[in-house]
Amino acid sequence: MRLRVRYTKIGKVRFVGHRDLARVWERTIRRAELPIAYTEGFSPRPKLHFGLALSVGHESDAEYLDIDLREPVDPDGIAERLDAEMPAGVDVSAVRIIDRSDDALQQAVVACTWSFWLPGVSEAVASAAVREVMAEIALPVEIERKGVLTTVDARPHIESLVVNGADDGCEVVVVLRRGERSLRPNELLQLLLRGELLVDPALVRIRRIEQWIEIDGVLRAVMPAVGALPMPPLQVAN
Amino acid sequence: MPSIWSQLEPLLATVQRPARYIGCEDGSLSPVHSPESVSWLLIYPDTYEIGLPNQGLQILYEILNERDDAVAERTYAPWTDLEAELRSHGLPLFSLENHLPASEFDVLAFNLSAELVYTNLVNCIDLAGVPIRAVDRTGDDPLVCVGGHCTFNPEPVADFVDFVVLGDGEEVVGEITDALQAARSAGADRAGTLRRLAGVEGVYVPSLYDVTYDGADLVAISPRFDDVPAVVNKRTIADLADWPYPKHQLVPLTEVVHDRLNVEVFRGCTRGCRFCQAGMITRPVRERPAEQVRTMVADGLRRTGYDEVALTSLSTADFSGIADVVGDIVSDPAACGQISVSLPSLRVDAFGVAIASELGKARKGGLTFAPEAGTWRMRQVINKLIREEDLYEAVDAAYSNGWRRVKLYFLIGLPTETDEDTLGIATLARNVAEIGRRYSTSASVTVSVGGFVPKPQTPFQWFGQNTVEELQRKVNLLRDELRRDRSVQVKWHDPKATLIEGIMSRGDRRIGAAIEAVWRAGGTFQEWSEHFELDRWTDAMTACGLDVDWYAYRHRAEAEVFAWDHLSAGLHRDFLWQDWRDALAEVGLPDCRWTPCYDCGACTGYSIEHIVASAVPPAGGSQGTGQDLSTGHSVPVELIPRRPPASTPVPA
Repeated sequence: MRLRVRYTKIGKVRFVGHRDLARVWERTIRRAELPIAYTEGFSPRPKLHFGLALSVGHESDAEYLDIDLREPVDPDGIAERLDAEMPAGVDVSAVRIIDRSDDALQQAVVACTWSFWLPGVSEAVASAAVREVMAEIALPVEIERKGVLTTVDARPHIESLVVNGADDGCEVVVVLRRGERSLRPNELLQLLLRGELLVDPALVRIRRIEQWIEIDGVLRAVMPAVGALPMPPLQVAN
Repeated sequence: MPSIWSQLEPLLATVQRPARYIGCEDGSLSPVHSPESVSWLLIYPDTYEIGLPNQGLQILYEILNERDDAVAERTYAPWTDLEAELRSHGLPLFSLENHLPASEFDVLAFNLSAELVYTNLVNCIDLAGVPIRAVDRTGDDPLVCVGGHCTFNPEPVADFVDFVVLGDGEEVVGEITDALQAARSAGADRAGTLRRLAGVEGVYVPSLYDVTYDGADLVAISPRFDDVPAVVNKRTIADLADWPYPKHQLVPLTEVVHDRLNVEVFRGCTRGCRFCQAGMITRPVRERPAEQVRTMVADGLRRTGYDEVALTSLSTADFSGIADVVGDIVSDPAACGQISVSLPSLRVDAFGVAIASELGKARKGGLTFAPEAGTWRMRQVINKLIREEDLYEAVDAAYSNGWRRVKLYFLIGLPTETDEDTLGIATLARNVAEIGRRYSTSASVTVSVGGFVPKPQTPFQWFGQNTVEELQRKVNLLRDELRRDRSVQVKWHDPKATLIEGIMSRGDRRIGAAIEAVWRAGGTFQEWSEHFELDRWTDAMTACGLDVDWYAYRHRAEAEVFAWDHLSAGLHRDFLWQDWRDALAEVGLPDCRWTPCYDCGACTGYSIEHIVASAVPPAGGSQGTGQDLSTGHSVPVELIPRRPPASTPVPA
């Protein structure tokens, strides 16, 4: 039996790295007394399958984890049990049984929605920068993977870019498509900041809002949070 | 009090491993401060990864927070990248629970487990915004105190601290809190508060003692007032069963050393290894009841979610009924065979087939044994009376139960050591590897070699340690000897660091100037080889007029006044001297938990005694079990100078 868990990573806990959080999950699952399955072999490991890694320091409303169990369980109440054992800032928002033949999270997710909180930046300034970026036919950005610098075109990765103003800054929401070489949110941030958005990158809060899978050409949330309104398919507006 | 979290947050985005600065561990508390409470900041002056697992700090954290009139938070030394950011932004050292500035606390309490952290101690005090020297602190400044094994000679750091705590902390932290509350009620000033603290058993206030020298020689350390004790005695809890702490071990969100459940099964050790300060200063043996160990393990695993538990002590295989306890843990049906047990300090003569087969049922980590010396002669000198056969039987039990990797710890630079003794390490290692190959072609042995540092309050406190060159020569000798053995890997501790450990270990109050100079030159994190520079230390010693040879390499005379003579772990000085003579004569001493008392002073002085469930040593135990231990002969005179040798003048 395989469970899919949706959880948040908000606040201080956002400074915990992906691998460290995986270890926290292993301990939490044992504490919640879920009958987790282990790998065979000399050094058995619990069978946990994580989705796309989230960089240290970024927050998220929508992280996912698949857990293999060695015997069936009633999924009712498991979200609450896990939630009670995870550190503050990790809220388990939904748990669902999934089919073992479903695509693994790493493959299935085709896009993520990211929010950038730019403190002290006005809506007008941000909107102008966004319009400029969206007007470009190509957006070359230099990225480093495993020590190798390459240039990729960011433009096809950007599904949409929206600015929401507030009193003390503004939020830029972007839907970022994955590709052969996926763009990291802070690499997109470089594009936004190269214009007039003079703000210290260390002060920008980056948060994953949703992860999307594609069904019949339509983007849908991997698994909506329980209690949330049914998540409509993503309307893509350019 | 103001939290600095909002100023800290943007800095954390730019430093390595920011998770070590957020707190939020499972088991961490959210203390609520009030003007009435005594607030403690418990500090481990090394990285979070090294400091978080420290059991002593976690025990005091719980005990203090259980009190209505005290709160305790924790912190660790920020790594150099965050320290630079803090200093450039004008931010102080902070606590992890509420992210409060360190200077807002009443007491900054440091755990000193190793000498090379002394410059970090100074750095943390400075980063807290507190004057580094106690004499410069005023009424508003926190009291700085230190505890832990290094405090059995705290003189090198005496000028930086307001008070020192000797021995077990469980009871005395409460008494110190009481004394601070009473001082506050009485409206006592800083000097009055320290005077009250000096009246708490186990508390040493260095500023209340005069130190007199005659040239280089220390003449006396004596109290300046009648009500201040001439000798400060260590604290010892009588029964570990009364202290089932930590009850809620901290589970960190980022990987640390010893990242597992740790349950202390006994405190103290009377095997009597003469090089071992821990064994000398923590006497007597106080076993935790086996039933309490089982409960603490079961509750701890359930609560933490760890799949590994370490049963900790100075020699865990000596715990009465150890095989049964390990067996119960690994075969607990609730654990589904996924729990592994590690026994960090194993004596080979107590590690039998029974323990090996119980441990072997679970996942296997590495297995470490510490024969300490390469020949029986050398092991008689240091009183680690394990025979070669004991070692071979133990590793046979390990390899035959599925282990592939065995690690062996040795000391070099021990008193009377010859090259034959050093090369004996190679012989033992080769033989162990040979036994391993009977069971697996991939069997391997790692030999880990450390330079011996003579420690205060031990029989070897009179011994002049080997020079850096001599230790390096011995390392090379061993490395060359084992170069062609593919299944034996040799690792060694840097002899240069050993020298500085030696100077700090037996140094006096004058050494503080060198510690400060090294700190001012940027020498923090000296336990980390990438940050350690011997030249920085030797330059500082020279600049302060202190002689390296005199502090580290000189054999001491019987009557020499030591910098720690006014601090007592209960051991009679004549017992230690006789044990030093016995060492040189290669005379062994049995373990007094199973044989009659030889009156070292630790029990009789404090009216306490061993708490040991089994009246007989573990199977295979050789120490004090009928071996002929007295092969004594005359003592090599060159190790026992009649008078202190002509010494370089040290400014008084």
